[in-house]
Amino acid sequence: MAGLRELYQEVIVDHSKHPRNFGELDNPTFRKDGFNPLCGDKLTLTISENNNVIEQIRFQGCGCAISVASASLMSEALQGKSRTEINAIFHDFHQLVTQGHNTILEIRLGKLAILAGVAEYPARVKCATLAWHTLNAAITGDTKQVSTE
Amino acid sequence: MKIDFKTLRADFPLLKQTNRGKPLVYLDNSATNQKPRCVIDAISHYYTHDNANIHRGVYELSERATREYEKTRVTIKSFINAKHAHEIVFVRGATEGINLVAQSYGRTHFKVLDEIMISTMEHHSNIVPWQMLADQVGANLRIIPITDDGEIDMDAYQKLFTERTKMVAIAHASNALGTVNPIKEMIRIAHTHDVPVLVDGAQAFPHMPVDVQDLDCDFYVFSSHKAYGPTGIGVLYGKEKLLESMPPYQGGGDMIESVTFAKTTYNKVPFRFEAGTPDIAGVIGFGVALAYLKNIGMDNIAAHEQELLNYATQKLSAIPELKIIGVAKNKVGVISFVLKDVHPHDIGTVLDAHGIAIRAGHHCAMPVMERFQLPATVRASFGLYNNTADIDALVTGLQEVQRIFK
Repeated sequence: MAGLRELYQEVIVDHSKHPRNFGELDNPTFRKDGFNPLCGDKLTLTISENNNVIEQIRFQGCGCAISVASASLMSEALQGKSRTEINAIFHDFHQLVTQGHNTILEIRLGKLAILAGVAEYPARVKCATLAWHTLNAAITGDTKQVSTE
Repeated sequence: MKIDFKTLRADFPLLKQTNRGKPLVYLDNSATNQKPRCVIDAISHYYTHDNANIHRGVYELSERATREYEKTRVTIKSFINAKHAHEIVFVRGATEGINLVAQSYGRTHFKVLDEIMISTMEHHSNIVPWQMLADQVGANLRIIPITDDGEIDMDAYQKLFTERTKMVAIAHASNALGTVNPIKEMIRIAHTHDVPVLVDGAQAFPHMPVDVQDLDCDFYVFSSHKAYGPTGIGVLYGKEKLLESMPPYQGGGDMIESVTFAKTTYNKVPFRFEAGTPDIAGVIGFGVALAYLKNIGMDNIAAHEQELLNYATQKLSAIPELKIIGVAKNKVGVISFVLKDVHPHDIGTVLDAHGIAIRAGHHCAMPVMERFQLPATVRASFGLYNNTADIDALVTGLQEVQRIFK
């Protein structure tokens, strides 16, 4: 039950109900769809980049609280970051949500660390990482549809 | 005979465990159900005492294994009131049974522009094999629509028949909605057009008496693991005449009469369809599961599960902002529902933390989800060992969900 309270703490529920950066950019540098066929989670990311810096991220779609909150938190955390920084954060985040609590990672990830509780629910890791995989595919120019399966 | 379902729960050792530290409340019986001790013991006994390959050994051990295996065929024949034991074909599950009919019967009997009729509420296992076949022979699928309550639109069904209709494949009960279809009437109508009917009985067979001669269905498929038996075993029932007209589905040992490099002649029905060494232990275990069910009585099981369905429908309907998807008049113990503004997967995770196992998702019936414009639903499905306390636990869990997402 402690795990449950951690997974659905207020910040996550709040981001799922009132997602930040929800919508679409008019002239994005990148646009990418992500899909989780198991849950039916779908999202579209639009991203603007300038001089290797991700300036703006918007997302649109529907999904469970974990996937929406994760996309919302991601959009807040990564705007204004360079590609190199994003790579490092993506790596840390992935490790945290698959392997669970890790003080060093949590300090580095800051607010994003509230998703650490997902690791206790392996079936939900895909929900938490959908937006991240989609963003990664968008900025690396992967042309395949992003799917968690 | 009055059955005390409370005491039957003790027959299922798995149910005594906890799930995330809470007593397990298992409400995912449409996916698979738990096994009684007698089935587990029978499989163990088989491997301890009777294991040998069947239909070929000249020694006592093999004869014993063969006898036990074939005994289950006769048990199933009686259980579903088939005319002959050789109308019972062992397959891996309902899915393989449908694939067998599509590939063996369909490929030899269907041609370009022929039509196969299925309904909107089919499980993917009763859609995809027909789609694959349609692609292979150039046939088309025709889809029987369903109403907002989740029932077959019978008027539309009757109007879908054409001279090209070659098969109706329909679920006896829907795994996503719980609807029990009026298959006897649907079969009667199909037969007036000389169209054979395959019934996907996976969700009905474990929950009610099934009489294939009374239904007059041409094929009926079901899985052991949804009927308290082991996984990996299922049954294709087919009318003798139809099975006789069908070529083998897979080649191998046990399905032949004689083999030379010039020509192979095939074994008779049903062995023609059972290539290779089958899941002997699974078949024997399934036979024991059926004996267990017969002892309780399928009528009693159906009545018990209807009581649970009524209780759950009433309790869940009282939860604000909960909507039940699938309100057919005739249902098995399956309730699909959604809660306003909470995704089914989040509901599933919160319930999991309370020890409650339910299914959240599209239930391998994506066209049903599309019909109701939903990405997913939560599904609680009942078995003979469930009781009202399980449903009360579900209701308490759902109240917790609403507290978290208020």
